[in-house]
Amino acid sequence: MSSKKESTGRTLFVALAVSLVSSVFVAGAAVSLKPVQIENRLLDKQRSILAIAGLGEAKMSAREVKDLFANRISAKVVDLETGEYTDAYDPVTFDPLKSSRDPSLSDVVPGREDIALIKRRERYTTVYMVEQDGKLESLILPVRGYGLWSTLHGFMAMKSDLNTVVGFGFYQHAETPGLGGEVDNPNWKALWPGKTLFDETGKPVISIVKGGVDPSSPEAGHQVDALAGATLTSNGVDRLLQFWLGEQGFGPYLAKLRTQGV
Amino acid sequence: MSQPTVKEVLFNPILHNNPIGLQILGICSALAVTSNLQTALVMSAALTLVTGFSNLFISMIRSQIPSSIRMIVQMVIIASLVIVVDQILRAYAFSLAKQLSVFVGLIITNCIVMGRAEAFAMQNPPWLSFLDGIGNGLGYSAVLIALGVVRELFGAGKLFGIEIFALTKDGGWYLPNGMLLLPPSAFFLIGLFIWALRAWKKEQVEQPSFRMAPQVINKEAY
Repeated sequence: MSSKKESTGRTLFVALAVSLVSSVFVAGAAVSLKPVQIENRLLDKQRSILAIAGLGEAKMSAREVKDLFANRISAKVVDLETGEYTDAYDPVTFDPLKSSRDPSLSDVVPGREDIALIKRRERYTTVYMVEQDGKLESLILPVRGYGLWSTLHGFMAMKSDLNTVVGFGFYQHAETPGLGGEVDNPNWKALWPGKTLFDETGKPVISIVKGGVDPSSPEAGHQVDALAGATLTSNGVDRLLQFWLGEQGFGPYLAKLRTQGV
Repeated sequence: MSQPTVKEVLFNPILHNNPIGLQILGICSALAVTSNLQTALVMSAALTLVTGFSNLFISMIRSQIPSSIRMIVQMVIIASLVIVVDQILRAYAFSLAKQLSVFVGLIITNCIVMGRAEAFAMQNPPWLSFLDGIGNGLGYSAVLIALGVVRELFGAGKLFGIEIFALTKDGGWYLPNGMLLLPPSAFFLIGLFIWALRAWKKEQVEQPSFRMAPQVINKEAY
């Protein structure tokens, strides 16, 4: 009996059978739960946009988030090349991240300019706006870039002067919990509002500095403390802001907004 | 030797044979997820379910598993269960899944699950194995919940995110001990827990496996 159980054929059979049953089980769970997960991810993104724009409370129910998002936030698709809005895509269904992997909708960022390490940049992306009585209150731009282990996905919200930060944060990353993961720490995120992003010429000057911001320095208005113990994540966040606020990112769009009004 | 009873397999691991307290298994996740009670509870539930069901399935096919590949077969079953738990958490408890991040996935490598599969489920019938898994999960949960309560209550003045002690920064009386929110504090707490357990149940104290002798210089070696 035991010799039969240990035979090569039997071993292979058990290995195959266990793998087969397990994979069917795992695949079944993954496929059947996918719609709920996608819904969750969308909700999480909307919740984070609202939080970064300073709207609503942290503990909102799913319905409240959806309603508030629908009422207060409008989305538009922007052509990053020209800085113009485009009607070619529906901002509700358009997925900029997916399009950044599609060669016909994105461009390779040349190695030297790819400071955020995103490899490909989509040609069209979705921006979000908070409007009050038809006037822009804040503009929310999606940003992403590589930290230490993972791509950080987040949003930068700025006031209608297109310079002052309203809020900044990430909704998805996989940095080390407790170190780089502290990008989610509310105390760190609270350092951002009020900082200014650009100098007079429209060049992004926001930066993350190590060793603490000297409040008396003239630069303090666009400097933020780095995360303790997370130099590489901090550098990544600094670079991704440089990238997305610069010429390669939203530069043309922001220039257009500044000259033509919002 | 007689078969262990249902009561024994289910409740012994909580104090008599605690996986963390006596077997010193599963310490890593116990440090990582206990900074607040909610994540500790979810992690406990996830681990208890995984240990229970992995024991059940492994025990069901124990007479079929060739001993040369038994570890890999156990791993495959455990890993599948963990992936399913992770998927369920992502679907129905998204924000908790985000907080637990890698630790749900790491249940696969949690020594408790593997240890019970190898030590119990391979030799015992399915129902008893299932209960043994649940029991060990409960033992793990008991420690995690205790740690979670102490760390969240004294580290942040809260339980389940609800304020219990009014903090000084909001004009209250309690100055939170921030160190309790950091992983090393769980080390101290687990140490104290094991000390208390072994002071109470003397039979859990291990005999030292060897004694250090005073340094002797052997002149002939030079």
